[in-house]
This record gives sequence, C-alpha cells and structure tokens, in this order.
Amino acid sequence: MTPATDSLVRARRRLPNVSPPLVAILLAILLFFIGGVLAPGFANSDQAVNIIRLAAFLGIIAAGQTLVIISGGEGIDLSAGALVTLGAILTYRITNGQNELILPALGVVLLVGAGIGLLNGIGVSLLRMPPLVITLGMAGVVTGLIYFVTRGELIGRTPPAMGQLLSQALIGPIPGVIILWIVLGLGMWLLLERTTYGKHLFAVGINRTAARLSGVRVNLVVTLTYSLSGMLAAFGGFVLLGFTQTVFLNLGQPFLFPSIAAVVVGGTVLAGGKGSYWGTMAGALVLQVIDSLLLALRIEEAFQLIILGTILLILLTMYGRQRSVRQ
Amino acid sequence: MNTSLTRTLGRNPWLFSLLLLVVMIVLNRALQDNLFEIGPLNGNLRVFMPAILLAVGQTFVIIAGGVDLSVGAIVSMTSAILATQIPQDASADIVMRALLLAFGAGALAGMLNAFGVTVLRLQPIVTTYATSFIFSGIALQILPEPGGRLPRDLTSFWRNPLEVTPEFVIPMALIVITLLVLFWVLVSNTRYKQFLFATGGKPDAAYATGVRVNRVKFTTYLFSALFATLAGLALTLGTGTGNPRAGDMMTLPSVVAVVLGGTRLSGGQGNVVGSIIGAIILGLIGNIISFADLDSWLRPLVDALIIIVALAIPGIVSLIRRLLQ
Repeated sequence: MTPATDSLVRARRRLPNVSPPLVAILLAILLFFIGGVLAPGFANSDQAVNIIRLAAFLGIIAAGQTLVIISGGEGIDLSAGALVTLGAILTYRITNGQNELILPALGVVLLVGAGIGLLNGIGVSLLRMPPLVITLGMAGVVTGLIYFVTRGELIGRTPPAMGQLLSQALIGPIPGVIILWIVLGLGMWLLLERTTYGKHLFAVGINRTAARLSGVRVNLVVTLTYSLSGMLAAFGGFVLLGFTQTVFLNLGQPFLFPSIAAVVVGGTVLAGGKGSYWGTMAGALVLQVIDSLLLALRIEEAFQLIILGTILLILLTMYGRQRSVRQ
Repeated sequence: MNTSLTRTLGRNPWLFSLLLLVVMIVLNRALQDNLFEIGPLNGNLRVFMPAILLAVGQTFVIIAGGVDLSVGAIVSMTSAILATQIPQDASADIVMRALLLAFGAGALAGMLNAFGVTVLRLQPIVTTYATSFIFSGIALQILPEPGGRLPRDLTSFWRNPLEVTPEFVIPMALIVITLLVLFWVLVSNTRYKQFLFATGGKPDAAYATGVRVNRVKFTTYLFSALFATLAGLALTLGTGTGNPRAGDMMTLPSVVAVVLGGTRLSGGQGNVVGSIIGAIILGLIGNIISFADLDSWLRPLVDALIIIVALAIPGIVSLIRRLLQ
C-alpha cells in the first residue's frame, strides 16, 4: 500500500468516528426544537420533562438489552417484553396497594427476573442455542405462565407511593424515574468500564475464542449477562407500574423492539463487543422524541408507522452501518 | 445415548425435524381420528400454508446470514391490497391486475430491505424491523379495518381440493408444498445454492473468490418478500377477507420454523425442506393443543413449552455428546 492510499484509508476511517451517543443526543435536541416549529407549544420545559420521563422507562428496560447485545454471538433478548409484563404483574399482585410491601415485591421481581434470565443464559452458553431462539421461546413460556397463573384476571393494586416516587414530580419538576435512570446510567457505566465483569464482557463480545484463551470464563460471563438482562427487564416492569398504575397481559411487549432499536441507535453494535449504556440512553431519548412528536402532530396511525419506519432507517444509515465486505 | 446416533443427528439437523414431525403426527392422530381424511387434511394444510411460505422465504435470508423481520408486515400489506382491489364481482382481468399490484408491492418491499442491508450496509434485524413499520403503515392506510370479500369462485378454487377423478382428490396446499420442494431441489442443483451458502458462511472468503455477495443477499430479501406476498395471498384466499394486521403475529414463528427445520441461524447452512417441516410441526403443535382437552388458560404455556423443548433438544444432544467425549 502506498503512503498516499494509506492516508486516504485512514482519513476515510476517521470520518465516521463521531461518538454515536453524542450524535444521538444532539439529534434528540434538534428533533425536539423541530417539533416546536411543527407543532407550536411542543418545545416547552413540561414537554421536555415528560419526554425524558417516558424515555426513562424505555431506557431502563433497554439496559439489560445493551449488556446482552455487547456480549456478542448474535446476542439479543427477546424475552425482555414478557419479563417487563411479569415484573409489573408481580409487583401489582404482591403489594396489592400496600406501600410497605414495595421492597419485598421488588426483591421477588429481581429474583424471578434473574432466574428466568439465568435459564436464557444456560440455553445460550451450555446448550449453544441461538439467543434469538431461546429468548423468543422463553418469552412464550413466561407469557404462558402469566396466562395460566392469572387466568386473565389481574388482581391487585398499585401502591400509591410508587406513583409518587417514580412518576410524579419529586425534586422540583423532576420525577423520580429520571433520577433513578441517571443513577442506573452511572451504575451501568461503572459495571461496563470499571469492573472485571465489564472488561470480560467486551472481550467475550469481540472474540469468544480469544477471550477463552486469555482466561475469561466465557460461559460464566454469558450466563451472568443474560441473568442480569432478565433482572433488569423485570425491574423495568416494576418501574413501569409506577407510571401505568395498572397492568395488562400485553404491557411489556410494545417495549421489546424499541429497546433493541434504542441500543442500536445509541451506537452499540449488534455484532457485539462495542457499545455503551450512555448510547442506549441517548437512543431511548431520540425514539421517545420522535414518538411524542408524531403524537403531538396528530398524525393518523398509518402515517405514524410509515414515518417512524423511515426515520429509523435514516437514523441507522447515519451510524448503524456495517463494514463493507470489500474492506 | 448412542453416540453414533447423536453424531448423525448433529450432522443432519433436518433428520431431527423429520423425527419430530413423525412424533407430532402420531400425537395429533391419537387425538383426532379423522386427521388423514381429505377434509381435515385439506383444512390443516391450507391453514399451515401461509406459515410454510413465510418459512421458505425466511430460509433463504437466514442461510445468507441475515434475517427478515418484515415478512409479517408484507403479509398484512398483501392482504390489504387484495381485499381492496378485488371486489366480489371481479373479472379475471381485475384479479390479474390486483395480483400484479400485490406482487409488485411485495417486490418493492423486498428491494427496500435488500437496499438497506446491501447498499446502506445496515444490520438486517433493525433494518427489516424499521421497514416493517413502513409496510404495516401502508397496510393500514390501504385498509384501516378488516373487511372486503373476495369472489367465491376464487376462494373455493383454493379452499377445495383439486379433483383428479371424483374418487381421487389432492389438497391444493399439498400441490404447493410439492412445488416448493421441487423448487428447492432445482435451486440446490445450481451454483446459486453454493453462492448462497458461501455468502452466509464466510462472506469475506466468498467475496474474495468472486461471489457477488451483495447480489446474493439482494436476491434473498427479494425472495423472502415474494414468498411473504404468496403467504398473504394464501391467507387472504383462505379467509376470503382482508385484514391489515393479519401478519402481525407471523414473523417470529417463521424464524422458529426455520430453526426447527435445522437451518443454522448464524447462516451458511440450511435447507428449505426442513423449514417446511418446521412450519408444519408448529401447526401440528397448535392442533394437538386445541384437540387435547386442556384448560384454555393453560394452552399458551403448553404450546410454548413444547416449542422450547423442541428447540432445545439439538442443544441437549450436542451437550451430551460433548460430555461423553
């Protein structure tokens, strides 16, 4: 390779090297103000808080998805939607409206979520099942369990404290869920960047064989990751209950694919080994701004879907691109 | 477990799906005496047909290393187009025009997917997920609520078995399945199949040895969309009416059918016949559950448990193999 082409290649590589989380966050802000132009009254501080609050629910649900996708090997967790529903229903039932039962319910939710995630992890690591398949199957089993146990009758109540702590304004105009989200963001950053687990997770995502040869216990890391993902998804359901105040059998499913889209829009590569939770948070914000804007513009459902799909494609084109086979 | 048996199964994953198919047929027959009579046989295969067609198209995409999550939305779009374009008193000309329109739309949808994956180099899962919104939106725009009624002649052509002689009749769906198998045999004997497997297995090596990787990928998304259009046609003819959300729940089962049929989700290996078997297995599981005298709130759980066990068995077999070695 001549020096000239060499520098050309380097220049080309440098070009898309803008941080995806930064692009996503700028885009969210830009879209927010474009929204203000298109729909007068859209870009005010109340709406901003509301959008961040809604994005927080999606973002929390997408936290586990981020870990699983970083772990590579076509990692994906399609059981997240069913686990969100399960987390919300468990909280609804166990607390039955009593504030003092919130923490015990949270304990059960985290344990059950981690347990189901563990089964996913065992399927992926020991049985070497494709993640898409085992988590999809697990989603069916969890949904089936919910149907069988509840028989469609969702008995329970939401403790009043959950709405106050999570959904309503807690510190100034800021609802608790936003603070919780920021804390989770810091926690995820520590987990990914400052722990052995995080280092091993990225190593596993980049190259499993290389990771194994350098002493990473790949199966353990993968199993743990799916378990964490299950736990975080169920936690997402717990948090979501604070907002919806009620449960239904299909509560979590609409969050499943948006949680994956948020991860990808945030620059985490579906092939694994690269990504951040900051990116996912930014991705969730972008998706929520688009969603709220389409709602504010009172566009009918058919066009909402078409516009959403087109915007997603454009977003992906901006930085979701894969390496060309020619390179 | 016998290691030579596990090895044979490991090498020929579709053998396992054949075994599973036999088990499901036996179970189904035990619960439903008249399973093999022409009426139920014709009805069952007709109901399974859309899922079979989706699985066939999905197989091409998956072998080439991708996945198509927009197939269900294409079914919905097709259903909406056919139901609105074919009035009850439609002439043959109008029917032909509607079919052309539906397949044209399907082809465009497939090309959009292919464009996203090959030219824009986007990740298949998210690309086809994004386009599925577009196709669902178009379906709802064309037909906001379920409705429309297709001409009776048209639907009965598909619903009734083909009468060779008054005593000997063949379900139309069986003819289509035979054609699908023939189609795969034909494809298997062309260089296209080798290109397809090379593209999914080792795209870099395939490219280096002169396989037009992007062109091959392009064709798989086109195939998948056209098979999804066929599935939409089969579904609409079967029900006789249109539904703009008909395909909502059909996408993920098509992936499960492909995997049950022994095609590897990571690409580079697989076969269409297995996927057809996989789709029939899924249909039979649904049948078995509805015939077994089960509590209706228990059905989804049993359904999911059977599917997950069926999906896990190859993994368990290979785990045992590894432990024995």
